[in-house]
Formats: sequence, structure tokens, C-alpha cells
Amino acid sequence: MRIGSAKQTYAADEAIFKTDVQRLWFGLLALALILFPFVSSDYWQLLACLIAVNVIAATGVMILTGFTGLVSLGHAAFMGVGAYTAAYLSNHLALPFWLSIPAGGFAAAAVGAVFGIPSLRVKGLYLALTTIAASFILQSIFFNWTAVTGGARGLTIEPASMFGHLLVTPGAIYWIAMPIAALSVWWARNLLRTRVGRAFIAIRDRDVSAELLGIDLLRYKLMSFALASFYAGMAGAVWVYLFRVITPESFRLIESIFFVAAIIVGGLGSVRGAIFGAVFMTLVPELLKIGASDLAPYWPDAVKLLSPVRTIVFGALIVGFLMFEPLGLNEIWLRIRQRFALWPFRT
Amino acid sequence: MSPALLDFVEFSLAGLCVGALYALTGIGFVVVYKATRIINFAIGEFMMIGAYFFFGLAAQASLPNWAAIILALIAAGTVGGFLERFIFRRLIGESAISVFMVTIGLASIMVGLVEIAWTADPRSLPTFLPDRPFFVPLGSAEAFLASKNGWSFIIVAAIMAAFITVFRFWRGGIALRATAADQQAAYSVGINVPGVFSFAWILGAITAAAAGILVGSISGISSAMGAIGLSLIVVVIVGGLDSLAGALVGGLMIGWLESMASLYIGGEYKQVATFVILLLVLVVKPYGLFGTHDIERL
Repeated sequence: MRIGSAKQTYAADEAIFKTDVQRLWFGLLALALILFPFVSSDYWQLLACLIAVNVIAATGVMILTGFTGLVSLGHAAFMGVGAYTAAYLSNHLALPFWLSIPAGGFAAAAVGAVFGIPSLRVKGLYLALTTIAASFILQSIFFNWTAVTGGARGLTIEPASMFGHLLVTPGAIYWIAMPIAALSVWWARNLLRTRVGRAFIAIRDRDVSAELLGIDLLRYKLMSFALASFYAGMAGAVWVYLFRVITPESFRLIESIFFVAAIIVGGLGSVRGAIFGAVFMTLVPELLKIGASDLAPYWPDAVKLLSPVRTIVFGALIVGFLMFEPLGLNEIWLRIRQRFALWPFRT
Repeated sequence: MSPALLDFVEFSLAGLCVGALYALTGIGFVVVYKATRIINFAIGEFMMIGAYFFFGLAAQASLPNWAAIILALIAAGTVGGFLERFIFRRLIGESAISVFMVTIGLASIMVGLVEIAWTADPRSLPTFLPDRPFFVPLGSAEAFLASKNGWSFIIVAAIMAAFITVFRFWRGGIALRATAADQQAAYSVGINVPGVFSFAWILGAITAAAAGILVGSISGISSAMGAIGLSLIVVVIVGGLDSLAGALVGGLMIGWLESMASLYIGGEYKQVATFVILLLVLVVKPYGLFGTHDIERL
């Protein structure tokens, strides 16, 4: 229910929460997120952590692709940079997680900014291809710089510890992953209300006119790359503490495609879309798995077909959303919300 | 003749033969791009389905090889035409990135369908190429060239010659070039532009399928063979996206360079070397060797 919100100041127009009803719903959501680990099984806690990781990374891709209009198909590799940095620092310098996770973010940001340099000269599809190149070059470094990355065998790390407790179970990592995800989303949402965020959007909408408005393309494009990679690096670092083992295989091109697919399915150009997309795209394969194991008693082939069916569903979601719902889940959400805007006074 | 030099020549020959296959697939890509401005990221998967159609018809339905090849090419062309009519034609006017992502999605769907139909295990295609290796005389020594590689090169050269003739002289080829040059003008002189789009997709799919059958007969097929599409994207970027000659030169060049990289740096660096070349080309000459320059500059 949201009846009449007459705005009288610019601040009110810019506000994230426009009515008390929204604040109430949001409070309920926050409460649910806090209570979640107390009422759920290990499996769902692991999924929740994975979702949090994907939300962090997808928010980064959303800043880069959804708001600045620069397509990156190298994000999984930047995530890998963050993951390896965090693992290295934690293994060799015994840094605590609250230092190594941001450090992973900063390392990824530096690498991302370097690979963002071609964005000054090429754009659109060409840029997407340079980021694919970045992803392959980084992956080859992961494979061959054995001293730091452990090569093809990968690395294992000690669990994170907080106040003397070792954070081993997904339920414990949840308390790292979820707050970071919440902070990332909150920060991204606020970024869009600032000068920098509006510069990004101006570049997306038309780079030539953005430059005419006095926006320094070099600076803002690199900033967007660095920010997006920072998010990816943080996501990678949290991911490392969740699984405590990394191999170069974890950060392939298909994972980068996953993130772009997630923001397309979620809805380009809104932070909410990144959340929807990350949640949805993480849950769909799991739901298929549950469906397959439920079907297995009646139809023994179900489990064997799971992997190809997942591949097909992944592709079909991308194609289907782009063809029939180009604005993604966010648009569906807005439509539903609109229907209930005047409820119960008018339906 | 020193062994090092002999190695160089043999790797060069093998590389050029792989390059010829890149060039053939590259042409399948360029035809689609020229007519419709769509970056077909699924090109590697089109090769894959071509090879699997051939496998299904020749090895499983045990048709004679020549019939299986023809039917597989027709089937691949049908798939290409179908996708154009029911997916890509509806996406006309969408941003290039969206259409690019649709091709990525389609690639994923094709891989899944092939895995359902034929499982993900690697298979080998029935042999249809003569089995006598080539020996290229070279001073006192002879350079060895595997029969399949050599014959693929010859077949590719023949297909290329046919292509160039068709584009030069046949009405349909001229219509395609006219559409590529200026869609509006092509419409107003009465060219059936949507027909040209369909034709380009069918031709692109057939070309890719032919290359897929040849690649499959050299190194076997698997549902992951579409990954070759990545090298192919580099080929067409280096050549310039909309240039047939570029695909030819780019294909031979990248094939040769990959072969050199695996000789001198090591096989695992092959793909990295390719992508380093891609980065350099994009920074130095973004429109490739022969591509049309866009006027827009920043």
C-alpha cells in the first residue's frame, strides 16, 4: 500500500525509501536475513552464502555494464584475482579475513583498471572481446605462476577466525558474506545518487554527449572498471573463505558469462536487478537438481540429463529474457508492485 | 637440413592447414556479420552441430559418407535459417550487445541439446579423407604433413574459390554485398533484404558445419569443441569483421601463429598467445587488417 507520496524537496525525490511502508518492508527483509541462519539447514546456508557472493559480483557487473554501458566478459577472472590475493595474504602473511577480503578487492581493482584501458579506444563488442582476452590471460597466469597460485593443483587456506572462533561452516561464513553483500548493494545504490554515478549513466546513454558535458571519459571509465573489479575481488575473497580451496578452473569464461546473464535476467540498469538476477540464477540450477533427484525414482535418466538440461535452461533464460522481457525480473517486480500501489482502495 | 628448421616447416604447414579451417569458419561468420551486423558467438557451436549431424548420419544411421555430408550440411543450413527467421529477425533493432548475448545463450542451448542426443563423451568421425600423408620435398629432407590436414587445406581452398566466384558473379551474392553496403538502398532497388538475411544465416551455418566436419575428422568431436569459436573470434577481429579477404588472411595467420606458439613457447600457451595478439590488434588497429572503419571516434 502506497498512497500519495507528494515530494516537496529534491532530497525527498532522491530518497531510496520514499514511504514508511517501504521502510517497514525493508525492516522485515533485514530481520528475515538475520534470522535465516537460525532456522535453515546447512545446505540452504551454503546456498545463501553463494547467493551473497554472486550478489556482490553481480552488483559490480551492474555498475560496469548496467550503468556505464561497458560490457565485461572477464569478471570471473577479476574475481579470481581477488580470491588468490586473499588466499595468499591469509596463508603467507596470516592476515585476518577483515583485512584480506578488502585487499583482494583492491588487487582486483588494480588489475581491472589495467584491463579497462582498452575501453578508451574500443567499445561495445570489441570491448567485450578484450575482456575475454583479459580473462584468458589471467587464467593462464593462475595456471602458471605456481609460486603464488599453486598452479593447476590450486591452493587451500585456513578457515577465517572471528573472536577466536574458526568460521568453518557455511552458517558461520554467512555472517561475513551477507553483511558484505548488504554493504555492497547499499553502497552501489548510493553511488548512483552521486556525481560519479550520474557520470556513469551519462556515459552509458551517449558517450559523445557525456564528454561534451565535461565528463572525463578516461577517468570515469577506468573508475567504473576499477569499482566493478573491486566488487568482483571482494566476492572472490569471500568465495575463498567459503570453500577454502581454489583452482584456476573456478574462474572460467562461463562464470563471467554467468554474471552478465544474471544482470540481464535481473534487469539491466538497476541495483535491484542485480540482486534478483544473482538470486534467480543461483537458485535455478539448484532447483533443477532438486527436481531431478525427486524425479529419479520414477525416471532413472533424470539425474543423467541434469547437466545438459542445466546448460539448456541457462541459455534459454538468456535468450528468453532478451526476447520477451528485455528489462528483466526487475520489470516484472515493478509491474506487480504497480498493481498493488493503491491496494486495498483500488485494485 | 637442420632438425630445427624441419620442425619449423612442419609446424608451419600444420598451422596453415588449421588456419585454412579457421578461414573457412571465419567466412561463415563474416557472411552473417556483413549482412546482418550480428556477432555470431555461437559459430563454434554451429561447427559442432554440423559435425554431430554428420556423425549421426554416417556412423549411427550408416549412410554412405557423401550422402551423410550433404544431408548434414542441409540440416545445419535449416537450423541456421530457422534461427534467423524466429529469433534474430525479431531482434532487429535491439542493441548489438543484446543480440550478442542471445548468440551466447543459443550456444549454450546447442551444447545442451547435443549432450542430450549424443552425450558429452568425445567421439571420432568415420574417415572419409584419403590416408596417405604428404611429403613436401625440402632440399635433402622431406617435411611431413598429415593426410587429413593436407586434404582439409585442399577442400577449403576449393570451397573458397567457389565462394569468391559466387560473391562476384551470382545475383544472390551481389544482393548480399549490396545489403551489406547500404540496407536502405538495397531495399529501394527491390532487393528482398529479409531474404538476404535468411540466405546469409543459411550460408553461414553451412560453411561452419563444413568446417566442423573437417575439424571433427582431424581431431574428433565432443560437445566442448565449440570452444574453437573463441580462436575464431580472434581471427575475424584480426581480419576485420566485415571482410572476406580478412577472414582468409586472419585465419591463416592465427593458425600459423598458434602453431608457432605451441612449437616455441609450449602448447598450453597457444590460446593465451592468440588473445595477446587480439589485445594488441584492438589497441593498435581496432578495425582489423581489412575491416571497414567506422567514422565515430572518441
